[in-house]
Amino acid sequence: MFETLILMLDATMRVSTPLIFAALAGLYSERAGIVDIGLEGKILGSAFAAAAGAAVFGSAWVGLFFGIMASVSLAMIHGFACITHRGDHIVSGVAINTIVAGLTVTLSMYWFGMGGQTPTLSGDERFLSITFPFADALKDVPVIGLIYSELLSGHNILVYLAFAMVPMTYWVIYKTRFGLRLRAVGENPHAVDTAGISVAFIRYRALIICGILCGIAGAYLSTAHNAGFLKDMSAGKGYMALAALIFGKWRPVPVLLACLLFGFLDAVAIRMQGVVIPGIGEVPVQAIEVLPYVLTVLLLAGFIGKAIGPKAIGRPYVKERA
Amino acid sequence: MSQAKVPAWVNIALIPILNILLAFLVSGLVILAIGENPLEAAGYLIYGAFGYDEGIGYTLYYATNLIFTGLAVSVAFKGGLFNIGGEGQAYIGGLGVGLVCLSLDKTMPFYVIAPLAIIGAGVFGAAWAYIPAYLQARRGSHIVITTIMFNFIASSLMVYLIVNWLKEDGRMAPNSRTFDENAWLPYLHELLSPLGIEIGDSPLNVAFVIALICCVLIWALLWHTRWGYQLRTLGTNPTAARYAGIDTAKVTIWAMLISGGLAGFVGINEIMGVNHSLLLNFTAGYGFAGIAVSLMGRNHPVGIILAAILFGALYQGGAELAFEIPTITPEIVVVIQGLVILFSGALEHMFKDRIEGFFIRRAVA
Repeated sequence: MFETLILMLDATMRVSTPLIFAALAGLYSERAGIVDIGLEGKILGSAFAAAAGAAVFGSAWVGLFFGIMASVSLAMIHGFACITHRGDHIVSGVAINTIVAGLTVTLSMYWFGMGGQTPTLSGDERFLSITFPFADALKDVPVIGLIYSELLSGHNILVYLAFAMVPMTYWVIYKTRFGLRLRAVGENPHAVDTAGISVAFIRYRALIICGILCGIAGAYLSTAHNAGFLKDMSAGKGYMALAALIFGKWRPVPVLLACLLFGFLDAVAIRMQGVVIPGIGEVPVQAIEVLPYVLTVLLLAGFIGKAIGPKAIGRPYVKERA
Repeated sequence: MSQAKVPAWVNIALIPILNILLAFLVSGLVILAIGENPLEAAGYLIYGAFGYDEGIGYTLYYATNLIFTGLAVSVAFKGGLFNIGGEGQAYIGGLGVGLVCLSLDKTMPFYVIAPLAIIGAGVFGAAWAYIPAYLQARRGSHIVITTIMFNFIASSLMVYLIVNWLKEDGRMAPNSRTFDENAWLPYLHELLSPLGIEIGDSPLNVAFVIALICCVLIWALLWHTRWGYQLRTLGTNPTAARYAGIDTAKVTIWAMLISGGLAGFVGINEIMGVNHSLLLNFTAGYGFAGIAVSLMGRNHPVGIILAAILFGALYQGGAELAFEIPTITPEIVVVIQGLVILFSGALEHMFKDRIEGFFIRRAVA
């Protein structure tokens, strides 16, 4: 029983990693007042760019670089539409998701000709797991051994980075001048403008950070979690990250917990396949898979707490003209 | 103020056409980037979509779905609501059609099944849109987020229902059994051939006619009823609408019910008209494509018909193109769709301000 739990928590960490990156990405963007339902497209685009880069140059790190570049470019398109041209944030996000869904397949067909996939990655082309010192030696120590060797050790570097990003984000958002301005831009851009700070510049920088984090999320999917790019491999992770962001009420630590909860539910759903619970019968996998979305809807409806987003979210800022 | 000085044709025709041309130009660059000739590709595309009878039939068959989802998006949009849930509503609408057909096809004749199936599609689609609408109107949750969530919930629900309850016994494929023929919507080529009109075999069916009727009804509803006026007021200025005594919550809910019902009609075309069984993923992105159609058609039924036919042509021509030039996948159509959404939706101000400025200056001078 204890071992099962540890193994499930281990799976939770792996599944949650892209969610954490993407949800934190959304946090920077939305805290600055830019709605980002293009998370999904950025993850998918970067997953493809990372796998392609890793396959061609034989290095996962080069892949990561390409993934981030792709994702940041998409974020800049979003910024160009929403910040510079005061376009609708949601329409722009939908456009980015749609363009990427088509473009990744088209380009992968052209470059690799494998029906919308990239070649299978191996060795240095992937981020491999890191074994902590003495993990094997401590394996048989009761309780602590299992936690240390299974749960903490044996993940790839991006998993640890994801967890490190949470305190980092907390620090940036709440303890730095940039963070203060970022939050202010999302709540009351007018006040920031009055103080003589460029609203557009802060929003662009927020989107660059958002692009970088989504880029890592995508690279994780194709070069660490899986060994290559598959068509539509983001499979709604961007939307789930958005749900986690709302569920965590746009705050770093609660967002982390929401991601872990959603990841855990995912791990449970896989585990529960075909399992019959006495008295209830077989719980449909779909019922567990759908929980994150249902929970988010309930939260938004105010049935469990209340989700109040940044005040100026989704509204283009028009500098007052004299 | 100065708005009035811009000639109407600039807003109705010039700017949309310019945006679309830009989207096609960028698509052409994508095709150029993968080493193919965009003009040659366009040639195959146009021939595939309009060059022969079956092609035209397929084009209009795809357009049928897009008219439904495009209208669905536009009705909500007129009220200032962004319905991203067309995909889920269409999916559940199909469930409504499927349930009616599966339960009645052994016992009832076509003229009983058909109206019930149409009602089923509308009611199921509307019901799926009702929950996000209610939550937006009464509890203040954002409709965009809830409709996105409801797309996923719909998709899980359908997998569960089809795999566990509706799947035909002894078959691996997650499909329901095929309906008896009296629950099939007639194909147009079958209806027209006794009249001496041959249009070639294609999945084009009576649902296309239903789609056109919907366009007329929605046009009348939006521009010739009191409710339509209330909806448009709500969309233009919610504060003014409230001040004028319009029950905005009620209008919001009804707008989404109509929107969801229209999206649900995709099920008529797909389930009753072509597949004749309930299956997974028959919505195939039409809900999202509806956003592009609606933006491109300027939220007007006539524009939506034109945009839907254009997109239908892209779907059908894209398939032909992928067949002729194997390095180009049918997904190029999805790219074009996305670019249309980007340029005619998100970047609509890019040219608009400048062009309007140009005409205003000219009018003043």
